[in-house]
Amino acid sequence: MDFHQPTDDNLFDRATVIGKPHARIDGILKVTGSAPYAYERHDAIEGQLYGYPVGSTIAKGRVVAIDADAARQAPGVRGVITTLQIDPLGIWNYNVARLFGGDAIEHYHQAIAVVVAETFEQARAAAALVEARYEEDPVDVDLEAGWRRLQGSGEPSTLVGDVDAAFAAAPVTLDEMYHTPSQTHAMMEPHASIVDWSDGGRMTVWTSNQMIEWNRQALATTFGIAPDRIRVESPYIGGGFGGKLWLRADAVLAAIGSRAVGAPVKVALPRPFVINNTTHRSATVQRIRLAADTDGRLTAIEHEAASHTLPGGRGENATAQTPFFYAAPNRRVRHHLVEMHLPEASDMRAPGEASGLMALEIAMDEMAEKLGMDPVAFRIANDTQVNPSDPSIPFSERHFVECLERGAEKFGWADRNRTPGGRREGDWLIGHGMAGAFRGALTLNSGARVRLVGGRLIVETDMTDIGTGSYTIIAQTAAETMGLSLGEVEVRLGNSAYPVSSGSGGQFGAASSTAGVYAACLALQEAVAERLGAESPRFENGRVTADGLDLALGEVADGAELVGEDTIRFGDFKQGLQMGTFGAHFVEVGVHVATGETRIRRMLAVCDAGRILNPITARSQVIGGMVMGVGGALSEELAVDLERGFFANHDLAGYEVAVHADIPHQEVLFLDTLDAASTPLKAKGVGELGICGVAAAIANAAYNATGVRVRDYPITLERMIDRLPEV
Amino acid sequence: MRAFSYERATAPEQAAARAAEVEGARFIAGGTNLLDLMKLEIETPVHLIDVRGTGLDEITATDEGGLRIGALVSNTALAADERVRRDYGVLTRALVAGASGQLRNKATTGGNLLQRTRCPYFYDTAMPCNKRNPGSGCAALGEGAFSRQLGIIGTSDACIATHPSDMAVAMRALDAEVETVTPSGASRRIPLDEFYRLPGDTPEVENALMPGELITAVRLPAPVGGHQAYHKVRDRASYAFALVSVALVRRPDGSGRVALGGVAPQPWRRDRADAELPNGAGAVMSRLLDGARPTEENAFKIRLAERTLAAMLAEG
Repeated sequence: MDFHQPTDDNLFDRATVIGKPHARIDGILKVTGSAPYAYERHDAIEGQLYGYPVGSTIAKGRVVAIDADAARQAPGVRGVITTLQIDPLGIWNYNVARLFGGDAIEHYHQAIAVVVAETFEQARAAAALVEARYEEDPVDVDLEAGWRRLQGSGEPSTLVGDVDAAFAAAPVTLDEMYHTPSQTHAMMEPHASIVDWSDGGRMTVWTSNQMIEWNRQALATTFGIAPDRIRVESPYIGGGFGGKLWLRADAVLAAIGSRAVGAPVKVALPRPFVINNTTHRSATVQRIRLAADTDGRLTAIEHEAASHTLPGGRGENATAQTPFFYAAPNRRVRHHLVEMHLPEASDMRAPGEASGLMALEIAMDEMAEKLGMDPVAFRIANDTQVNPSDPSIPFSERHFVECLERGAEKFGWADRNRTPGGRREGDWLIGHGMAGAFRGALTLNSGARVRLVGGRLIVETDMTDIGTGSYTIIAQTAAETMGLSLGEVEVRLGNSAYPVSSGSGGQFGAASSTAGVYAACLALQEAVAERLGAESPRFENGRVTADGLDLALGEVADGAELVGEDTIRFGDFKQGLQMGTFGAHFVEVGVHVATGETRIRRMLAVCDAGRILNPITARSQVIGGMVMGVGGALSEELAVDLERGFFANHDLAGYEVAVHADIPHQEVLFLDTLDAASTPLKAKGVGELGICGVAAAIANAAYNATGVRVRDYPITLERMIDRLPEV
Repeated sequence: MRAFSYERATAPEQAAARAAEVEGARFIAGGTNLLDLMKLEIETPVHLIDVRGTGLDEITATDEGGLRIGALVSNTALAADERVRRDYGVLTRALVAGASGQLRNKATTGGNLLQRTRCPYFYDTAMPCNKRNPGSGCAALGEGAFSRQLGIIGTSDACIATHPSDMAVAMRALDAEVETVTPSGASRRIPLDEFYRLPGDTPEVENALMPGELITAVRLPAPVGGHQAYHKVRDRASYAFALVSVALVRRPDGSGRVALGGVAPQPWRRDRADAELPNGAGAVMSRLLDGARPTEENAFKIRLAERTLAAMLAEG
C-alpha cells in the first residue's frame, strides 16, 4: 500500500478500539515472569552451553598474545575462541566498531575472547583465567580539547541569512557554553543472545534486539553468509533505548562459540560490558548564541556543537532540532565530530534532540530572562508554522503553542516563583521551570501479514515490542480494521520469518508498524471480498456484511485460512512537509539550601504527537522519558578516565539512574491532534518526545529555585553549593 | 567466581576455629557484598563458612545500661528495634539511609562493618589497585582518574578509597565497641575508633581483626541522650552511597559528637572537633577535616560537610 498523500477521514476517525485505553495484552506474561526473554529461552533448543566474554583492558592498540590454556583446561570448558584466531569480522551499516576478530583494539572492553562451558559459573570462572598481552597506544579522549581545535571550522549544516550582522544589530544577545556528559542506556535487560550455528549452515538467533531485519543483515555481513540462512527471534525485549538497534558482541560471540563447539551457545553481556563494550550517547560541548529584538522576537540563532565518536561514526548531533524549532530569519548551525577511542557513540533515546534541547532550552530560559519575558510567552512569540530554515516547507501539524498554553494553565504557571532564589520552605528552595520539546516524526516502510483462522486473526510482523506496547497497539489496529474485538486478535512479533517492519527506534515504530498492519488488514479484506464475491463489504462486530450478505468473519473461509499481507510504503510527498512532534514540560523542584541536592516535586508534560493509539501505553512512554530526563538532569554521567580512556563508573551502582524515590507526581496531557500526512492512522511517535526538554525544564527550575545558573549536566550539588546562600 | 567449598557453622567459636584452620576461608552471613565481590573475583575465597546458624541474632541489654547487638542482627531488624529507635536515633536514621529495603533485610550488623570500598577502580580487576592487589598502584590517583566519590582525609599515597557504611558512622558517634571471638575461643572488645585501620602503605589491611577472628556483636554504651540526627547527602534520593554523611549527637548544653561518612577510609571523628560543637559547623570542620587532601574532583566535600552540619545545627 502506498501512502502517497495525506489521508482523508477514515475508519480510525470513528474508532472504537484504537485510541482507547486498553491495558497491555502481554501484561499478564510480564507480571507473571512468563514472557520469554532471550537469555531465559531454555526451551528454544536443546543442549545450550554458556558463553562468557573476555574484554580488552586497554583502550587502543594491539593485542599481541592471548594465553587461554588455563581457561581451556578449566572444569566444564568446551572451547575458548580468541580474537587472534579469527579474521576481522565484517561490519554492517551504521556502526563502525569491529565486534570481533583480528588484533586491533579500538576501545576498552572490546571483546577479545569468548569462553564456552557447560554452566554459566564455569564459563565465567574460566574467562577470568584468560590473559592477554597488549601493545598500548596513547589515547586522547578529551572532548573539550577537540572542541577547541574544531570550533568555527567546517561548513555549517544550516546557514540562513546574515548571522553576524544580526548579532551586531541586536539589542539583546546571549552567548553561552553548555555541556552534556556521555550516557548509557541502562536498560534493565542486558544484551543477550542464544545462537545455534552448530552445523555451520543455518544460523538461528534468539536475541534481544529492536530491529530484526537490520540484525539479520548485520549477521549476514559480519559472518559472510546469506541472509536467508539466518533466522532471528526477539519477541520480548527488556528495554533498548537505542542500545539494541544493533548487532552487538553478545550475538557475535554466541555465534562464534556455537560454530566452534558445535552446540547452541548463549551469551549475556555483564553490565560493565553493556557500558564499555556496546554503544552509548556521546557527551556534547555546545555553544549557543541567540539574538532578539526588544519585543522578544529572535533575530538570529547560532548553535555549534561537538560530540565524540570512533573514526567514521556518527556521535551525538546536538544541533538536530535547531534548524526547525524556533523562528528566526538568521541561523547558523554546525556540528563537529571529534574522533577518539572511547567505546562507540551511537543512538540513545531521541539522539540529537535529547542533548540539544538540554542546552537550547536553558538558553531560551536565559534569553527570556534577559528580555524580561515569561519563558512561556517568549517561546510562543517565536513559534513557527513553517520550517524556519526553508519557509517554503510547512509543518504538517504543529501545535506547540497549544502545548505551552495548556501546560501553563494545568501546571499553575501563573503562580510560579518569579524571583530566582525567592521561595523557601524549610531547608528547601522551591523553583519552577519549563522547556519546549521537539522531536521528528519519521515513518519507515513497514510490512505485516494477517491470517484469518476461523474466527481468530493472527498478526505476524517482525516489529518488536521493547516495552513500548507494540503488541497492544497492533492488536488494536487489527481489531479496529477487521471489526473484531481485541480478544479475537493474536499478535506475533519479533521474528524474521514474518514480514519486515519498521522495527523500533527513532520513535518511528508505533506509527509505522500500525500503518503496516492496517495495510495487511486491507489486503485481507480484499481476500475476503474476493472469496465472497462481494463488493466493498463492511467489517463490523465480528461480521462481514454486504448486499444480501451477513455472516460471521470466522465463517468466511469455511475452515480454510485466509491471508492478507502488505507493506505500507511512505511516499515522497512527505519531503514537502516538515513533520515533528511537540511538547512542553513544566517542573517544580526543591533544592536543599545547604547541600545543593535537587529533588523533583512535580512534573507535567503536554504532548502534541498525532493520534494517541493507546493512552495507557503512550503515557507510559512519556513518563518513562520524563524519568530518564530526571536522571539526565541530575545524576547520569558516564565518567571518563582521561588517562586510560574508558568509562570508569561502569555499573549501576556507579552510574546513577533515577530511582523511585526521585520520581514524584507525574502528569501527562495529550493534545487531541491528528496528523493526516503521517500515516493512515494519523499517528506519530511519542516514545522519544517524552525525554526531550525534560532535563532543561529541571535545570531552569533549579535556577529559579536558587538563582544559580548551571549549564553543565548533570546538575550535581558541587556545581551550586559555592553560590548558594550561607547556612 | 571461582569454585569454593562451603560449610555451616553452629557456634561462633567453632566458626572462628575453622576459619583459622582452612587457608583462604571467609565468613559469609547476608552475602550482600561478598557475593558481588566473588562474582567479580575481587574476593576469591576457596572456602565459605556460613555463620548464620551461630545464634548471634539477638539484641540484648547490657549490664552497663547499653545494648549488645548480635553480629547477625539484620540492618532492618536493628533499625526497627524499639530501644534503638528510642535511645540511639542516629543509628536507626543511618541504617535506613543505607542500601535498599531488600538489601537491609539480608545485610547483617557484622557484615555491614566489613563492607569493602565502592571505589570504581577497586571494582575493575583490570585496574591497578593497592587494596585489591597490593603493590600494583592506585588507578584512582592517576592523572584524569574519576575520583569524585573518593576520600579526602585519612587517605594515603597508596589509596584514597572510602568506607561505604552508613551504620558504622552512627556507631562511631555512639562510641560503639566491636566484640569478637578469636580462633582460640577468646573474646575481646575493640573500640570502633581502633577497629578500622588507615590505609598507609597497606590499604589491604582494613581493620584490626586477626585471621579467623569473627565479629560476634557490637556493643553500644548507655544512651548518650541529646538530639540525634543523620544527614546523608547524595545525587539521588535513595540507593546511593554518601557523597558526605553527617552523624550528629547534640546535647542541650551544646556539646556533642560529630562523625562523617563518605570522606575517609573509616567513619571519621575526632575528639578535638567534637569539642568545637558549641562554636558552630565551621569550627568543627576546621578541626575535623584539618589535613584533608582532596582531589580536584572531590574538594567540594569539605564545603559540603560544613554546610550539611551547619544546616543540622540550625535545626536545633
